[in-house]
Amino acid sequence: MINIVASHGSELLNGLGQTVLCSVIALFFSLIIGSMFAIFEVLPSKILHTIGRIYVEVVRNIPLLVVTMFFYIVIPQYVASINGFVAGTIGLTIYTSAFIAETVRAGIQSVSGGQMEAARSNGMTYWQAMRYIVLPQAFKIVIPPLGNQFINLVKNSSVLAFVAGFDLMYVGNDIASTSFDTINSYLVVGIMYLIITMPLSYYMRYLEKRTNRGAA
Amino acid sequence: MRKILKSVALVFTLMASLIVLSSCGSKGEVKNTDAWTQAQKTDSITWGVKADTKLFGLMDVKDSQIKGFDIDIAKALTKQMLGKNAKANFVQVTSQTRIPLLKNGNLDAIIATMTITKEREKVVDFSNSYFDAGQSLLVKKGSSIKDVRDLNQPGTKVIGVVGSNSVENIKKFAPKAQVIQLQDYAQALTALKSGQGAALTTDNGILFGMAVDNPNYQVVGKAFTKEPYGVAINKGQGNLKKHINKALKELEESGEYNKLVEKWFGNIAGFDYKEVER
Amino acid sequence: MKSFIDAYSAVNLMFLLKGLWITVEVSVVSIILSYILGGVLGFVRYMKVKYFSAIVGFIIDLIRNLPLILIFFFVYFGLPNLGLRIEIIPSSILALTVFESAMLAEIIRGGIESISKGQMEGARANGLSYWQAMRYVVLPQAQVRMIPALVSQFISLIKDTSLATIIMLPELMYHAQIIYGQNTNYIIPMFVALAAMYFVVCFALSQLSRYLEKRIKA
Repeated sequence: MINIVASHGSELLNGLGQTVLCSVIALFFSLIIGSMFAIFEVLPSKILHTIGRIYVEVVRNIPLLVVTMFFYIVIPQYVASINGFVAGTIGLTIYTSAFIAETVRAGIQSVSGGQMEAARSNGMTYWQAMRYIVLPQAFKIVIPPLGNQFINLVKNSSVLAFVAGFDLMYVGNDIASTSFDTINSYLVVGIMYLIITMPLSYYMRYLEKRTNRGAA
Repeated sequence: MRKILKSVALVFTLMASLIVLSSCGSKGEVKNTDAWTQAQKTDSITWGVKADTKLFGLMDVKDSQIKGFDIDIAKALTKQMLGKNAKANFVQVTSQTRIPLLKNGNLDAIIATMTITKEREKVVDFSNSYFDAGQSLLVKKGSSIKDVRDLNQPGTKVIGVVGSNSVENIKKFAPKAQVIQLQDYAQALTALKSGQGAALTTDNGILFGMAVDNPNYQVVGKAFTKEPYGVAINKGQGNLKKHINKALKELEESGEYNKLVEKWFGNIAGFDYKEVER
Repeated sequence: MKSFIDAYSAVNLMFLLKGLWITVEVSVVSIILSYILGGVLGFVRYMKVKYFSAIVGFIIDLIRNLPLILIFFFVYFGLPNLGLRIEIIPSSILALTVFESAMLAEIIRGGIESISKGQMEGARANGLSYWQAMRYVVLPQAQVRMIPALVSQFISLIKDTSLATIIMLPELMYHAQIIYGQNTNYIIPMFVALAAMYFVVCFALSQLSRYLEKRIKA
């Protein structure tokens, strides 16, 4: 195991970098898209509500691999050429945005009721109340679940290996099949994933406990 | 904050101990049962084969059976070695999964477009070669790429398959090109068609098989390497190896080998099957 | 349009349905097994037995924080080293069960904890033993509360079976790839069929859970 780290260290680090990079990019965009659809769902408008609902239900019920392969194989033939990394990141963004939409919607609804009315009666418009009163509180509640979504993103980014996205899993496959030391190669890869996900997941649990205590 | 630091420290200690434990555990090799005795006892051999590679091993959509040259050779070898009623079991593998599956004892032998190479001989044993392939390129018709030298430019992308020897070769022949490795040949061909790379590289037999179904694509350039395919077996299985080599020789002498070559490669445009006959 | 009609020939559709059958078969078995195993693990973690629960908890966390693809590799490549030949479908089921029961254990632990706080004391005060209280008061309520989270995990499991193409499980995604690998005109029809089939299975499950939830609450 140590010789694998010694002889392939820089490749592994590059892979890890790509994994983190695509997870961060996907988190950023899926936050925007997810929040947008979450707001759609809580708006009084029936049409927007339905659009939001359909988006979430459709995306949530289709495997990430199908979405990613679609962007890798279909889009370049008809729209624009995109490489594996981009296709994978877009796939991850769309997939994760549906889960974030659900999380944020639940967050908004948990503060919404009374707060919104109070803000409106103090003379704020609907959007002002949303922007300054409801959303900031909602985000505080949803931070731990969003952190967990990020952990899922890091794990799910391993689908990039299917589309040659040069992420950690792809590098791992390459090393495993050239060094023939399969199990040890994948152990190294596993530990590298854990280095990112483990501390994060413990930190999120700590945050969760703290917010729960605050609420009680 | 201190609590967090403490728990992080705990996690890393535990992880470190896990590493030590696992590296001790993972050294265990397959139990040294003799594959040949086992095969005689069960009257069957389990072969690792491709299921995504036209002409060699491809799953037929109609009946979910895998069909191809490798499959027919495996069946013929099994019967030659163990008798008419012996059964050849097939497990689908990719270039990436075949060696780990052989080494961990899930397979008795691999017959899956696998080139005999020095690196691989360090971890598995090979029979004598059963097919002479050579690496080549598949490109879209009208492409500016005529042979492997045209690929050796920065920014050129070449598609290959994870764990295949052609990926290692192309790194030597066109070091400046970027290699994109996909899971299997079906994926690689689809990626080529989606413009994810300028060329697909692997052995000519496989490429000609792809070109048959895809008239807009052609094999270009002469084969630039020699890729003798062998049956791979685990180290220390000398008995099985001996019997495979013997059976292979008998198939070649009886003319059954040439019959199979003709069956699969007789009508492939651009591929001179006479060259590989024995 | 013609490519759609050709792509959905009877032969191709049968082949896809065969793949879907494997997907469903593997999913159902894994769901049942991981629900049982996840329940036990979640309960052990909730019980806070000295050392034992901490170790179980740590292992659960390790598995939860790894990509599923790696677990497929470890099971399919690693386990036979112990001397047993394990075929592809059992390997896939085992890998999915290991991964998903770790995910479920957390959901179940959380569910029990959220109910047990007040309810347990109330039940004990009424003269029930610890196990009686658990069996008749806490668990039934926790079960209802957990339905949405459990079902969404089950849906994840169904979707995750597609990742087993990496070890060549002949499920829906793999069968679709075999079809469009041979004729690229079928790519779009195959993606449409894939999306539709996964959607129908997963959406049906989520509707079923909504129905169950309503019936139990009513």
